[in-house]
Amino acid sequence: MNPTANSSNLDAQINDAIQNNLSGRMTVLASLLAVQDQIGYIPQKALQIVAELNTTTINDVWGVASFYPNFRFVPPTDHSIEICWGPSCHITGAQEIIKTCLNELGLNTEGDTPDGFINFKFNTCLAACAQSPVGSIDHQVIGRLNKEKIINLLNTLKLQKN
Amino acid sequence: MQRFIDLQNKANKYTQKLSKKPRIRIGSDISGVAAGSLIISDEFHKQIALNKLDILISHVGGFGLSYAEPLIDIEMPDGSRVFYSNVQLTDVERIVQEHIIQCKPPLDIAFATSNFTSTLTSVPDFYDLPVNKMQTKILTENFGEIDPLDISEYISLGGYSSVAKALFEISPEDVHKEILDSKLRGRGGAAFPTGVKLGFLKGSNAEQKYILCNCEEGDPGAWNDKAILESDPHRLLEGLILAAIATNASHGIIFIRHGNDIPISRTKAAIQSAYDSNLLGISILGSEFSFKAEVVLVGESYVAGEETALMEAVEGKRAMPRYKPPFPAAFGVWGHPSNINNIKTIANLPSIISKGSEWFKSIGTDTSSGTAVLCLSGNILRPGLYEVAMGITIRTVIEDICGGVPNKKQLKLLQTGGPLGGVLNSTKLDTSIDFDSMAKAGAILGSGGIIVADEDVNVVDLTRMLIAFCQFESCGKCFPCRLGNSHLLEILNRICDNTSSPSDIDLMRKVGTNMQQGSLCGHGQLGFNPIKSALEYFKEDFDSAFENINKEINAPIQIPTRANRY
Repeated sequence: MNPTANSSNLDAQINDAIQNNLSGRMTVLASLLAVQDQIGYIPQKALQIVAELNTTTINDVWGVASFYPNFRFVPPTDHSIEICWGPSCHITGAQEIIKTCLNELGLNTEGDTPDGFINFKFNTCLAACAQSPVGSIDHQVIGRLNKEKIINLLNTLKLQKN
Repeated sequence: MQRFIDLQNKANKYTQKLSKKPRIRIGSDISGVAAGSLIISDEFHKQIALNKLDILISHVGGFGLSYAEPLIDIEMPDGSRVFYSNVQLTDVERIVQEHIIQCKPPLDIAFATSNFTSTLTSVPDFYDLPVNKMQTKILTENFGEIDPLDISEYISLGGYSSVAKALFEISPEDVHKEILDSKLRGRGGAAFPTGVKLGFLKGSNAEQKYILCNCEEGDPGAWNDKAILESDPHRLLEGLILAAIATNASHGIIFIRHGNDIPISRTKAAIQSAYDSNLLGISILGSEFSFKAEVVLVGESYVAGEETALMEAVEGKRAMPRYKPPFPAAFGVWGHPSNINNIKTIANLPSIISKGSEWFKSIGTDTSSGTAVLCLSGNILRPGLYEVAMGITIRTVIEDICGGVPNKKQLKLLQTGGPLGGVLNSTKLDTSIDFDSMAKAGAILGSGGIIVADEDVNVVDLTRMLIAFCQFESCGKCFPCRLGNSHLLEILNRICDNTSSPSDIDLMRKVGTNMQQGSLCGHGQLGFNPIKSALEYFKEDFDSAFENINKEINAPIQIPTRANRY
């Protein structure tokens, strides 16, 4: 998970992700998902390695990688927050949660905080609509959010930085 | 057949042994986890270890009663069960001490009981609660009851017996005929007769034939596909094997969205244990029939739920629909004949084969047989997942099962069948829940999501939110959908920002008609539905929005803007 790893180490990590941690049979998408899961992002070099392993072009691999919002192309932040803005959450107050998050993190829209510590992302459904408004912190789904709860969760995260 | 009887005997012995211990069931589907069930589970483990108790803790799926989660069910060896709802960390020690150690359940904090003789009449019977009593459970009958990872428990409740029947007692022709006769219709949204669809694949003589099972489920407001994988994945596998027997298919693919970790891991585990028991693989149960199944993950894409886009995604490409013809039954995934069904459709097959098509047809209406698995969320007292017989009215579900709208507010809007489905107002509450009545009312049953909004909802803003979803999820392949959704969102933004004019309504209709007529797949064809239905049922909300033209916006809402994916 170390984004500053030297390039040969990164190549090895990419190859290991695809060859040893693939879910199911090898396709361009499955390879990219494996790299994203293992390394936390798609390094530029991965596009080339995925293309070679799947006997296709870098152009085709980039076409797939840029299509799905799962992928990021810069090293990951330490933590990630997703807030759902689907209709159930929208009706039960997601807007306030989103505004609070953006305020607390000093962001205007989805993206990384300037210190590279937290990534904030919108999600269209986290599959726990009955517990709306819903969000997730480091992929752990948390429901029944309100302003107070999300501020507490954010503060707990921020404390971990020190 | 002997192999299956051996499996059954082994499973029965195993579950009998299990029932001699007290058992704690903890609802740990995504909904339970979101309510905090993992923290409660850790605390139970801690307390059990501390007191050195010999107890079975099962991470079951969920009973569907999301409002009561975290929901804990404790069953003692005498068969008595006590349920505790909304369990807090501080309750755990007391429950362990009083219920398990002293055998005196703390009924003052109990939610319900079952098989329990109590002097306290205030605690209701779990299965007599309105939320349970009014349900007709076919797909969800094992939800919350069994450990989804334990194949023996599933087999001991009659699981996989329909596979044994289909392999050794009746012919593949009979299996197909039974599915045809049941009049089962696809649960994914299009409601196409399943038996007819399977017939297309059956007719092909190719060596490799694929049955694809769709759990992309990008619909906000519906989680019933994932719930089946979380709570009872073997039911899906059993259905998949039956569909394969009926069509002589060689491969099965279960297609799940990346990131849904609980459904993915449980499905993979279920497939592995089915292979270990020879219910999948070569010569299933000693018969001549062989069938392989696997899980394929896809990135976040709503359009990937469309059948041809799904095949592109399985092949590892961008999830964009193909032109038809050729149809999947002739040229599907990797060019092999394929058949794509929703998970709920396939999960109905075990009951149809074991109990017969006549029984299945006796549930539901003439044109929509069976049940609907509904996901209720929004401004509602008891949100959750409920399975009801087709033909029940929306009012019964919302008022009797879900307890209506909380805080003495009035129900204003219903959003059904996913973002493309459409909205209804309270005059449509008496609509019967079946494919045809819902379509007639101007909405669709779709995948079964029903989102309820109270009188405080801003309809124009909600419509904008739905169109923002459609715009972001457009795959970009065909221009009526790609440009149309962007155009509709621009207009709705203008209305919300008070910079619009009433002529924008006609413009939206024009754009919407073009999308409907010119788009390649359902995403663009139905993309105007949210606006069309909102204009039909909530015209006055749009009119009053126009009264505010050029006025300052009261509370500007920042709708998430995302870069396009194309």
